[in-house]
Amino acid sequence: MQNANEIRLLANKIRRDVVEMIGFKGQVGHLGGSCSSAEIVAALYGSRLRFKHDDPQWDGRDKFIYSKGHAAIAQYAAMAEVGYFPREELWKAKELGAMLQGHPDRLKTPGIEAGTGSLGQGLSIAVGMSLSMKLDGHHDNKVYCIMGDGEMAEGQIWEAAMAAVNYKLDNLVGIVDRNALQATGFIEERFNTNPLGKKWVGFGWHVIEIEGHDVDAILAAFDEAATVKGVPTVIIANTVKGKGISFAENQVSFHNGALTKEQYDIALAELDEKIDAMS
Amino acid sequence: MERSSQRLAYGETIVALGAENPNVVVLEADLGKSTMSAMFQEAYPDRYFEMGIAEANMISTAAGLAASGKIAFCSTFAVFASGRAYDQIRQVVAIGKLNVKICGSSSGLSDFGDGSTHQAVEDVAIMSAIPNMTVFTPADADETRRAVRAAVAIDGPVYIRVVRNDMPTYTKGEFVPGKLSELRPGDDAAIVAYGAMIEAAMNAATILETKGISARVINAGTMKPFDTAGIIALSKQVKAIVTAEDHSRIGGLAAQVAFALRQSGTPMDYVAIEDKFGQSAHSVKELMEHYGLTDTAIVNKTMALSR
Repeated sequence: MQNANEIRLLANKIRRDVVEMIGFKGQVGHLGGSCSSAEIVAALYGSRLRFKHDDPQWDGRDKFIYSKGHAAIAQYAAMAEVGYFPREELWKAKELGAMLQGHPDRLKTPGIEAGTGSLGQGLSIAVGMSLSMKLDGHHDNKVYCIMGDGEMAEGQIWEAAMAAVNYKLDNLVGIVDRNALQATGFIEERFNTNPLGKKWVGFGWHVIEIEGHDVDAILAAFDEAATVKGVPTVIIANTVKGKGISFAENQVSFHNGALTKEQYDIALAELDEKIDAMS
Repeated sequence: MERSSQRLAYGETIVALGAENPNVVVLEADLGKSTMSAMFQEAYPDRYFEMGIAEANMISTAAGLAASGKIAFCSTFAVFASGRAYDQIRQVVAIGKLNVKICGSSSGLSDFGDGSTHQAVEDVAIMSAIPNMTVFTPADADETRRAVRAAVAIDGPVYIRVVRNDMPTYTKGEFVPGKLSELRPGDDAAIVAYGAMIEAAMNAATILETKGISARVINAGTMKPFDTAGIIALSKQVKAIVTAEDHSRIGGLAAQVAFALRQSGTPMDYVAIEDKFGQSAHSVKELMEHYGLTDTAIVNKTMALSR
């Protein structure tokens, strides 16, 4: 289990891997949304998720659903870092026949619990997993589900939100990666899903709002969620899309974009500087 | 002939399965009293999940349970199972080959009173078009029991289509997934049907006999994987094939048989819904007659091919 500093380092290693996965040969990748959730994903794989990287089906494990499946590359990077599969797989992502698909694939990638990619479904899947844990008496286990703030427009999120409260799923922790941008622009301008906190409170969830790149705050939020009984918890993490890469921060173009060689080099240099400072 | 309920057969069988297998769980979207999944709630309330009128969430929740090692039975009306929750079935259950077994209840025109929104004329087409999916279309209550059990033995998603109204029992013996089965022997022509149209097919065969045409009746209890080889073999034994289904001619049995016969010289024709939505009626009989889903229609098509 990693400490806060190690998690910060892991988050930047995830970002660096994401940049390298996208490359500079014209391939597009969901850079923005992967960078915004890097600390959260790092905190999960580095510290809070109970799992065995060499036994992905271990029945004592926690479950993690990346509902905003387009940002899967962040999850893949984290999974490589903790040993689910060799790092070499990262560079083959999205190639024909690759283990790592454009959106998470349960059959092709070890450690992926369920396919996501059609937005709005991950929380429901998490509900099913939480129900199963309670049925089987796995009372120490948790299900985590990262969703996007654009994804909040999907009605099914709210179906799942109601179900989670009806079934008192206090072993379920939702996280909204609130980076304020969707594919076509700023959420507040395109289709406003705010105020988020009030909506989740209205649906009966315990709500924690944090700065989503503050590792201490993330860990404290997970700690708080663990004390909540009888209702599920959602952590609304205020993040920056493209965080950690100067030219990508808050840029719509990097929802799903390609990098020039120049941008690629700048990104790696910035991230290497951060990684070196933390190592 | 005694008539029995496919819906009751479904409810009874999932209860029996619940006793045999602690991993069986059942989900519902407020239609348990109709689909009969409510019987499972009576028997095993801890393993029954009322998900409210939220079919998409029901299917995805079932996916989460199945991904956790459960065998999840979901039911709702066929039109909502195949339509409203289509994306959830396709994107997570089918791509992920999860053990979610979906009962599409009150299928075809069998929900005669509720009208077009509740009458699935295209559910077999939709479900058959999804890779990794199995589609069972049991002929009667007994076959429904066997099909539900067969569904559990399959590793992956299964769609089971049942109708609302009681029907006669024609099947006996084993249910072999993926294989056509013979309900009545005959040498001149073959009538291939499923579900609610089996009764019309059997009646048509009796009528055809009086007209000197020996008609074999074949039950297509599995629409996916479709027994294409079985149709080709059949085409070598009879002189004409007529299909019958309470479903659109698009993407159902007519299409599958025509596809199977694409390199065969055996003529075929069909009885099906002509690309139209259903509507309300006071009885399923008058509704089926209105849409041409009758033994008379089958007789006429068969005779036309037999000249």
